[in-house]
Amino acid sequence: MAVVFERPKSFADIPLHYCPGCTHGIIHRLVCEVIDEMGIEGDTIGVCPVGCSVMAYDYFTCDMIEAAHGRAPAVATGVKRTNPDKYVFTYQGDGDLAAIGTAETVHAATRGENIVVIFVNNTTYGMTGGQMAPTTLPGQVTQTTPYGRDPKLMGYPVRVCEMLATLTGTALAQRVAVNSVPHIREAKKAIRKAFENQRDKKGFSIVEVLSTCPTNWGMSPVDALKRLEDEMIPYYPLGVFKDANAFPEKEGE
Amino acid sequence: MERNLMKGNEALAEAAIRAGCKCFFGYPITPQTEISAYLAKRFKQAGGVFLQAESEIAAINMVLGAASTGVRAMTSSSSPGISLKSEGISYIAGSDLPCVIINVQRGGPGLGGIQPSQADYWQATKALGHGDFQLLVFAPNSVQEMVDTVTKAFDLADEYRMPAMILADGLLGQMMEPVTFPEISAKPVEKPWAANGHGNKREHNIINSLYLQPDVLEKSVKDRFERYAEIKEKHAEAELYMTEDAEVVVTAYGATARVAKSAVNMAREQGIKAGLIRPITLWPFPVKQMNEGSKNAHTLICVEMSMGQMIDDVKLAINCSKPVEFFGRTGGVIPKPSEILEQIKKYAKGGNQ
Amino acid sequence: MTHDILLAGFGGQGILFAGKILAYSGLMDEKEVSWLPSYGPEMRGGTCNCSVCISDDPIGSPLVLEPSILIAMNTPSLEKFVNSVKPDGVIIVDSTMVDIKVERTDVKTFYVPATQLASDNGLPGGANIILLGKLFKETGIVSAETFKKAIEKVVPAKKASLAANNLKAVQIGMDFNG
Repeated sequence: MAVVFERPKSFADIPLHYCPGCTHGIIHRLVCEVIDEMGIEGDTIGVCPVGCSVMAYDYFTCDMIEAAHGRAPAVATGVKRTNPDKYVFTYQGDGDLAAIGTAETVHAATRGENIVVIFVNNTTYGMTGGQMAPTTLPGQVTQTTPYGRDPKLMGYPVRVCEMLATLTGTALAQRVAVNSVPHIREAKKAIRKAFENQRDKKGFSIVEVLSTCPTNWGMSPVDALKRLEDEMIPYYPLGVFKDANAFPEKEGE
Repeated sequence: MERNLMKGNEALAEAAIRAGCKCFFGYPITPQTEISAYLAKRFKQAGGVFLQAESEIAAINMVLGAASTGVRAMTSSSSPGISLKSEGISYIAGSDLPCVIINVQRGGPGLGGIQPSQADYWQATKALGHGDFQLLVFAPNSVQEMVDTVTKAFDLADEYRMPAMILADGLLGQMMEPVTFPEISAKPVEKPWAANGHGNKREHNIINSLYLQPDVLEKSVKDRFERYAEIKEKHAEAELYMTEDAEVVVTAYGATARVAKSAVNMAREQGIKAGLIRPITLWPFPVKQMNEGSKNAHTLICVEMSMGQMIDDVKLAINCSKPVEFFGRTGGVIPKPSEILEQIKKYAKGGNQ
Repeated sequence: MTHDILLAGFGGQGILFAGKILAYSGLMDEKEVSWLPSYGPEMRGGTCNCSVCISDDPIGSPLVLEPSILIAMNTPSLEKFVNSVKPDGVIIVDSTMVDIKVERTDVKTFYVPATQLASDNGLPGGANIILLGKLFKETGIVSAETFKKAIEKVVPAKKASLAANNLKAVQIGMDFNG
């Protein structure tokens, strides 16, 4: 019987700790499929964040490093600069990347650090129980915005891809989602492109993946997917915000 | 070997390259910036990575990343910058990674000043970050000893898989002295734990400091403390100067020990039996040497460029069996030999006999 | 024998460089030496001083608090350090820049219009080395030969004209009588 669907080789065959309906599993899988298809597992080093995906080092079968909260792009920089021929990616959530790690994120992009950043945006701090994230939408109720996020008090959500697209060092800034099959297919293409950019030494590539958190949103998985479509995508439009070679003069060297 | 005049900071940097350091991540701060400037220039020729980070926090995490892949990595800063690095240092210790961190101390707290100080002793030896852990802490007192210490720091860091700190100060960093660079054979160390791409030849390596099960975390900490016990046994170092018959023994480290040695010499010229114990490693603290060097003393005087931080370790080392007096200058003021001599004379007269 | 030398002036007068040449001269003579700059936020124009120790024995504190030799290149420096000079010490003053006199009688003071001499001889910025020349002449701590070796060590070969200027400046200082 022909195998039509199987677990990616670089995706460890152990139970995930994520909540039912969480889309981290899909995003992990997409990254692993790309690693398998490019045949780079042995040459890849991943860097985990602090957040729900803190234990992703157990799930990816490439070599893995656990970073402090927000510092993954700096750790990845240290890895990549000393191992320029290896593939290096970070996997980070919204609090990690866009709040405590903003400086590390922005400066890795500024330097055109030749790494891949997988940015999972679910508009909340999941692991600590659902507090306001830098990407929490106006009006969204969280533990620390019990009356809804009021921009006058808590400011506005950060649109990370739009911000990073302004930087010369950024090669790819693309926002995708994993709430439907077509969106998931598009997400995988973006992740593949990001890793190919790294192979081609084009600079900093970030793929922002709109994701769900049924547990902390207090929704069923199906309703959570619907919220992503109805509320998140209008605020965080999908698409490519930048696609370029950050170091064009290096071509042909 | 040719003697050359070099600034302490530059000599440290050159020594690091010769010790096989392959990368440096740093951020400018007085009085250590020459280290960055020197490496930015030299790594280009010597083959290595220099990167000026966006912050001290990023720099130490870049060190964590590079060290994770098995290469010899270094960062340097001065007091306020080291405070910023403390988060990363705790993670490096918790992940059992070797690296070298240099602190060219200046006065504090806060922005403090930029003149030499030793007020980061507590930070370096007791609390450089959260959690149960230690760093190897070396306190050289000359440009030459800074050079010799760098190789030792890298070797021991690799051997015991832990961060090592060279606790210098603005005086040692800024001064020039003659220095020679010994032929160094950087000990090649196998690092089968490194996360540098498994090449499909082994299981994946994970560099991590997270242990959610208390018993597992406890075991990892206890394993680390077993290594610490071995280090305390084998690697504590001190210089004993004229202590054999000394009745008053000064304890001082780093730049202060140079001034103290001048004072001891002046005291000897006046017929006072004075001596000096100079800890070379601050962690592990040279407990045996403290007892050996003070066996005939009736009084110890701890001299520091701080309000008195090492003095607690001196008292503990000798189990408070003798009076340990204190003399210190702080805020960037360097003690004068005459001031220390005055203290020696005060206690030699039998104040504590 | 130990020489504790303090050089002081404005930033930009070549205080640190003169100190470096002195230290290198000691090195060439196989002595123990140390060089310690004052360091502060001002890059130019602020006060600047430099401690140099040259000794037959290992050097304790490299910070010179009681110099046996003081080279003062401006008035504030002379005012600040004149009383710290050891009895029987030597003070060399750039009298173009300093408009006061040393009143102490227990030290030997030499006034050299070094900045003027440098300017007259087409050696801008050479006052520091002219003062060193006077120091060598009066104290003999460094020979002309050693100084030449030190200059060759410090000044890169591709800047040979600078080395020549320094040698010319030191000679002017040695020849100056005043």
